[in-house]
Amino acid sequence: MKSLLFALFALLLAVAVACSIAFGITNISFAEIVRSFTHYDASQAQLIIRTARVPRALVAACVGGSLAVAGALMQVISRNPIASPSTLGINSGAAFFVVLGSGLLGFTGMRALTLVALVGAAVSGAIVYILGSMGRDGMTPVKITLAGATIAAFFFSLTQGYMLADGRMFDQVLIWMVGSVAGRDMNMLVAVLPYMAAGMVIALLLSRHLNVLEMGDDVAQGLGQSTAKIKGFASLAVILLAGASVAVAGPIAFVGIIIPHIVRYFISGDYRWLIPFSALFGAILLVAADLGSRYIAMPSEIPVGVATAILGVPFFVYIARKGRRIG
Amino acid sequence: MSKYVAWRTDKPRLSLLVDRKAVRWTVILFLLTAAVMIVSTGIGSTWISPTNVVRAVFGGGEAMSQIVVNQLRLPRIVVAVLVGASLAVAGAVLQGLVRNPLASPDVTGITEGASLGAVLFLYFFYGTLSIKWMPVGAIIGAFAVTALLYALAWRNGVSPIRLVLIGTGLSAAFKAVAYMLIISSPFMLAVKSVTFMTGSIYGASWQKEVLPLLPWVAILLPLTWLQARHVNVQALGEEVAGSAGANVPRQRLILLLLSVALAGAAVAIGGAISFIGLMAPHMARKLVGPSFGGLLPVSALLGALILLGADLVARTAFYPQDVAAGVFTAAVGAPFFLFLLYRQGKA
Repeated sequence: MKSLLFALFALLLAVAVACSIAFGITNISFAEIVRSFTHYDASQAQLIIRTARVPRALVAACVGGSLAVAGALMQVISRNPIASPSTLGINSGAAFFVVLGSGLLGFTGMRALTLVALVGAAVSGAIVYILGSMGRDGMTPVKITLAGATIAAFFFSLTQGYMLADGRMFDQVLIWMVGSVAGRDMNMLVAVLPYMAAGMVIALLLSRHLNVLEMGDDVAQGLGQSTAKIKGFASLAVILLAGASVAVAGPIAFVGIIIPHIVRYFISGDYRWLIPFSALFGAILLVAADLGSRYIAMPSEIPVGVATAILGVPFFVYIARKGRRIG
Repeated sequence: MSKYVAWRTDKPRLSLLVDRKAVRWTVILFLLTAAVMIVSTGIGSTWISPTNVVRAVFGGGEAMSQIVVNQLRLPRIVVAVLVGASLAVAGAVLQGLVRNPLASPDVTGITEGASLGAVLFLYFFYGTLSIKWMPVGAIIGAFAVTALLYALAWRNGVSPIRLVLIGTGLSAAFKAVAYMLIISSPFMLAVKSVTFMTGSIYGASWQKEVLPLLPWVAILLPLTWLQARHVNVQALGEEVAGSAGANVPRQRLILLLLSVALAGAAVAIGGAISFIGLMAPHMARKLVGPSFGGLLPVSALLGALILLGADLVARTAFYPQDVAAGVFTAAVGAPFFLFLLYRQGKA
């Protein structure tokens, strides 16, 4: 039953990707899209398809899926329903490191910048974790949320400051403040794909253990699970997924919150299903949001990060109001 | 010698329990702030000695240093003090209210609301309305966000924790919207907006910055101090505060409004200078303990000192470039704050 559903939604993703390739400032017929792969003739429409639309749609799908799975993992590790790479500061940390790496240290090329983003994600994640679990009562959801918001604000200020200090970088850095998938090319995606894939594989392998971990550390340990090891691997996956996403698309907000909750509500709370469905739904969401944000202020484009932030707020409010666990 | 001195009068009936340590620190910090104000007024492209600064303030000394001190440097110093103190007190109140040392206007949406208000103003009204209305936009933003927050967090009363959690979500969204506007506005406006969102008191003047801000601070700070005992009661938690006879929902609202008004006014003038609202109250608690009557003046003075220091670095370290002060409060302040928290966590 669920496999069927999965196939159905995979089909939906394919449709969304196809729409994302077809629609925009210039609309392109589906026949033309097919032709651009079978009989490439370098016409203007085909050039748009191959250099702009296809990379963009694929980047959106990969980033959306990665962020959603990262969010799902973080929600288990921190036992906090509003954890996600954006709320806990991981995205801003990675973005700051990318900005610093490309501006100050002169790193160029997607490969180097991806590594820098991963380091940034790891550093900010570690700080938030330490900060959020300090004190007598350990890691409470409120504490880790505040710690995350604080670290996000910290890296955000630093990025802003750098942007102001270095006038040449202003326009380039601006893009790093709100995530976007516009203007990406295939090489960028290829550079980050291995990290995303690795993170995804780890997440899928962990899914069985996450079901146990969700029952709480004590129960999980009582059942013989080495919780520290599972949490360590899950954190590694989060860093790979979120860092790689930021490296290619910048800090896109709230996908990691919205999707796991939708999946938990409609599909299943079993992580063996939750992880793959999160990946799928995240991909659909970001492709659709990217498509939608082309139409809000035609002919100029709104970065997709803004669209997800606005979409995410109602969810965030709902979860924060509902959550008994939050307090 | 007791830690406290009781002070009572019969007419009017008044009773105060004065904490010796708090008084001592308040006096020390007050003197220190005054000294830093004078010395940093003298520092700049031309050095003016502290005695000459004081002489210039009181209308003596050379005409040149009088202009430099009174017209150019002093307004900025005064703004630093007012903004720093307001942010610190806003943070202290919020932390007492939420009962969490990590709460601050920066992350609970208040600052972001004010920033969005200012950015919206720049985007829609720049050129048609005078720039001096921008602070109004920021204040409206801060209060609008708080109203929204309050409404969204309402469920049989407002729990401070829900307030903060929803605030962090809203602030992320506001940031995204503000950046959308910035990306689609012309370069000059974009720089202006980003400068505001980072926080800078560059080019402050008596008419445009000091005078609008002064009444807010002069009224709100004493008013907040009068609420000190309510903050102390709130810090006991909802149940205990309620059974101690406090009207919890009403006091929460009053305290929240005070905090927003202070933070909003400060942000309107100085931009979104971050981490002072977080750091200053924390340091103050280390010095004088959590009782709010003593905590408030010490926080205010520490906030003023931090911003004075940050702004001094901002305008001198990379001279002639004037870096936004908010960069330094974040870059130096946040790691220091983390260090403090870390030490506290270990102890």
